[in-house]
Amino acid sequence: MMCMPHLLRSLKSGRFVLVAAVLGLVSTPAFSQPRRVVSLNVCTDQLAMLVAEPGQLLSVSHLAADPAVSALAEAARAYRLNYGSAEEVFMMKPDLVLAGSYTTRSTVNLLRGLGVTVEEFPPASSLDDIPRDIRRMGQVLQRETQAEALAGKFEAELAALEALPPTGMSAAFYYANSYTAGGGTLVDAIVAAAGMTNAAQWIGLSGTAYLPLESLILAGPDVVVLGDHAYEKPALAQANFAHPALADFINSRRSVSVPPRMTICGGPVTLEAARILRAVAEGDKGT
Amino acid sequence: MNPRLSHRLLITGLVLLVMLTFLLSLFSGPASFGVWESLRALMSDDAGSIALIMHEIRLPRALLGLMVGFTLGLSGAVLQGYLRNPLAEPGLIGVSASASLGAVLALYTGLSVLFPLALPLAALAAAVVSVLVVQFLAGASGSFVTIILAGVAVSTFATAMTSLVLNLSPNPYAALEIMFWMLGSLEDRSFEHVLLAAPAMILGWVMLLGVGRGLDALALGRDTAASMGVNLRQVQFLAIFGTAASVGAATSVTGSIGFVGLVVPHLLRPLTRSLPSRLLLASGLGGAALILAADVLVRLVAPERGLKLGVVTAVIGAPFFLALVWRSRRQMI
Repeated sequence: MMCMPHLLRSLKSGRFVLVAAVLGLVSTPAFSQPRRVVSLNVCTDQLAMLVAEPGQLLSVSHLAADPAVSALAEAARAYRLNYGSAEEVFMMKPDLVLAGSYTTRSTVNLLRGLGVTVEEFPPASSLDDIPRDIRRMGQVLQRETQAEALAGKFEAELAALEALPPTGMSAAFYYANSYTAGGGTLVDAIVAAAGMTNAAQWIGLSGTAYLPLESLILAGPDVVVLGDHAYEKPALAQANFAHPALADFINSRRSVSVPPRMTICGGPVTLEAARILRAVAEGDKGT
Repeated sequence: MNPRLSHRLLITGLVLLVMLTFLLSLFSGPASFGVWESLRALMSDDAGSIALIMHEIRLPRALLGLMVGFTLGLSGAVLQGYLRNPLAEPGLIGVSASASLGAVLALYTGLSVLFPLALPLAALAAAVVSVLVVQFLAGASGSFVTIILAGVAVSTFATAMTSLVLNLSPNPYAALEIMFWMLGSLEDRSFEHVLLAAPAMILGWVMLLGVGRGLDALALGRDTAASMGVNLRQVQFLAIFGTAASVGAATSVTGSIGFVGLVVPHLLRPLTRSLPSRLLLASGLGGAALILAADVLVRLVAPERGLKLGVVTAVIGAPFFLALVWRSRRQMI
């Protein structure tokens, strides 16, 4: 049985779809549910897998099946994997294509030119974007109830996390190729939700930015968050993790590894990253 | 002036220049702190962040810059003398590109994780093969054009194979790292890299510095040199394996850095009265100063962009190379 506020919310969002469809805001026809949905972006892949009803989602991108970047890699194997070329996607005869708003411009334009309906999702850059995107996915797939349940659960968990007192500690993310996440990124929001401050932000970095090892050491965050050891074969990009200066630096403070699949896309798993950070800040020396 | 005295003066001047650029390299970097602070941290044993940065990041970077620069300058001077060709240079005759290929094969297959020395050794082996191929293609006389053509062929092939190996790697980062192997960088190198490359580099230097006399005789022509009692086979062995060992080891940890071996010997030749033996040490020191200065520039001009060292050396080297081609074309007419 549905509880009252829940019912109200889904009624409201249902009405929004109706109004939006009349105004032409949502390009999917409001009354015929898309049945052949193809997703081209690792983030829309995961949202769609969570929200769609069985059989509705036809294909997800090959990245969705890569455990290094996708939190739902296991589930993604059940779908046809696409490599994002317009030709390949068009041959699947989709009635709805889901895409990220930055990466696949030419493919999206080509598909629209061929008369395919495309819904674009901008990447989440704050935690509030996540329930918003989940609800929007519910609208375009006409699965509002499922989406509302997920979004509501996310909001409740986020509220519980944010109600905890600040830890007073700082953290800095250190990725392959010496990249970090500065202000205005999803990672920045995750750090804040964990009750910490982002060291990369107070040394003036915003967006995904280059953080030389020297600057990381001089900034001296309490917790160093390492990402992306996930690949078996070596590359120079990950050589920075093996640098003796980093090893010495980490020895004298806390460090933790947060898998990139939790932070690349906004989704329910994103809060898991915040919980990991919180646990390191509160607990003993991390791993 | 007494030629011996002027040579000493030149070497002293170059040593001072290397020391100056070495210090500049130590003092530049994204983390900003004063010269005095840096020096004190460098000398101290404490474990503060500045000491850590100086000991583990800046010192190995500067040392490696010095060693790689010395290698490139020295091998350029030897190759120009040995092949009697002003365009000979490890980059142009394909040694650097081949060494990159060897290093890439060892690194991205995971071999160098199991056995670290595989990295410089594979680069060295590929470098030896490339010199032998170029020499075979160019023939005994080693004419001006054939050596360069053979070098371009070997270089292009090795670069293409490097790109192929990187593309086939299952690691998605690998494909983007062709930039490093083609243009070279000293970014975040550590003492592990210095220690890995040092033995083969130093062995190469000893071999290359040993050919000075032979090169002086060779400047008079092969037959004259042979009649003077110079063992041409030995000179050939030392020049080829010395270049392969030192350039191979250097390239395996910093990627291939172009033009240094070309520009530096040409700049210094007039100051050494065109005696190949006098040019060797001078050219090595000049190369070290050039790489150290270029590495300072890389960090000053665009510190946030991870600029590659080869970009700066090419900006200096390419116009020089063009001028050289222009001059040699006039000579040929």
